Amino acid sequence: MTPVIALSDGNCFYVSCERVFDPRLEGRPTVVLSSNDGNIIARSPEAKAIGLKMGDPFFKIRALCAREGVAALSSNYGLYGDMSRRVNAVYEQFAPDVVVYSIDESFLDFTGLADPIGHARTLRATVRQWTGIPTCVGLGPTKTLAKVANHLAKRTPDLDGVCDLGDLAVRDKALSGLPVADVWGVGPAYAARLVAMGVTTAAELRDLDPRQARSALSVVGERLVLELRGQPCLSWDEIPAGRKGCAVTRSFGHPILALEDLLQAVASFACRVGEKLRRNGVAAPRLTVFMHTNPFGPGPHHSANGAVTFLEATADSTELVAGARQAARKAWRNGFRYSKAGVVCEGLVLAGQVQASLLGARDRERSERLMAALDASNRRFGRGSVVLGPAAGRSRWTQKAEWRSPRYTTRIDEVPVARA
Amino acid sequence: MRPVVFGPLLPLPLVGFRVCCGFPSPADDWIEDAIDISRLVITNPAATFLWRAAGDCMTPTIADGDFLVCDRSLVPVAGDVVVAVVDGEPTVKRFRLSRGRPQLSHDNPKAEPFAPSASTEISVWGVVAWSLRAHRPTR
Repeated sequence: MTPVIALSDGNCFYVSCERVFDPRLEGRPTVVLSSNDGNIIARSPEAKAIGLKMGDPFFKIRALCAREGVAALSSNYGLYGDMSRRVNAVYEQFAPDVVVYSIDESFLDFTGLADPIGHARTLRATVRQWTGIPTCVGLGPTKTLAKVANHLAKRTPDLDGVCDLGDLAVRDKALSGLPVADVWGVGPAYAARLVAMGVTTAAELRDLDPRQARSALSVVGERLVLELRGQPCLSWDEIPAGRKGCAVTRSFGHPILALEDLLQAVASFACRVGEKLRRNGVAAPRLTVFMHTNPFGPGPHHSANGAVTFLEATADSTELVAGARQAARKAWRNGFRYSKAGVVCEGLVLAGQVQASLLGARDRERSERLMAALDASNRRFGRGSVVLGPAAGRSRWTQKAEWRSPRYTTRIDEVPVARA
Repeated sequence: MRPVVFGPLLPLPLVGFRVCCGFPSPADDWIEDAIDISRLVITNPAATFLWRAAGDCMTPTIADGDFLVCDRSLVPVAGDVVVAVVDGEPTVKRFRLSRGRPQLSHDNPKAEPFAPSASTEISVWGVVAWSLRAHRPTR
């Protein structure tokens, strides 16, 4: 039986979450800012229409926002996380298997349904009714094609939020019109290489000889070609080729001047990285810590990074924290006001395929059990309720969130108010 | 001479219950979960949201400060209490049908009657399935 995979995602998810509880935002240009009110990370179509871009630093667009009546909100991850959980709970009722890919995207197994398009329409309507969140659904025989279909569903209003690439003729037309850089898993580096090879559309990538794709872009390229041809290469719960890296970065509420404060911050970032890695079943062979001063602020300016390589790829928070602290010490220089730092892991490998090192004779099973207990506690009692020693303590680097909306769904004293 | 090798420590399972020496409780075989109010008032957790009422247009049904358990998956029928968005503002209203058309009203006869104009935008946000009132206010 041909598999049918659905990719469902929330339309400008963060903004949609805000609009559920603040209907006045409906129709008003709205943006959500990154932690510490730094940059735009979500925008409504109205905000897009007046020229606001993803990543725009807020201080640069502040005047424009005031002039155009743009609602600018601090990110409210408590709310977004809870709404995401609810949306996924609805998905569970529509598919036997759901894989959460990110806060606003999930894959659903629609294989064997008589009318997958009708099912997708009912799913959309139900999610909208129950949670207030508008979604788009893409259908295809592989995850990569489902992702392409979702991309088209979002950009083609006539499709009414559902796009099916099950039909070969429809698929061919869709892939011919899609720039290769828009294919899931094709990063800027791959896109440049492909364009140099004369491959500019998704259809041309599909028609590439898989062996040629393999030699030019490694096994990832070969899998992309086959996935675009409708042959599933990514197993159901496997991480996609695109997820090659994982990062946790933050701007600080107040600049950091002391190494101890920075070490505490990067330790907590490393904990979050560990959680993310474990949730995706991947491990990191190395880790980089970066830090820099505010490039827009008064000097002196400094930007640095340090890296460590692990004996074997790891997703263990204790190792990641130790590595992050070591890397941060390498990069640290006294006398600067650091405004942002982050922990970045690249070249991720699947955790089951970690090459065992003779030297790294650690007790893997014990580490896995400890990490599972850590994750379970944080899920149950809230993020950050259990942290490793180096990440604990009063955080002097916690963020500014001046315009955060109430945590409507997770705090009893912040539930929305209806006038009676 | 041979080096001394210590083997790994043998992990012992921690027993999760207390062993007691007295006579076993005769209720042991009939232990049940405690009553959970949220299971009574929340039938569809994904679609259920808590609101709080402010004002007295809906007394005696809903009082100022009551918690409203609002289920978005319910289709409003005549007689329901609903959270309705009126010109962008969330409000609590009684939902009725007048000649087949939805109509909202206030329960409190002393409150100003709800009289929307032709241009007023109205939508039902969710049906209030339950309300909770503290009879000895704590907060």
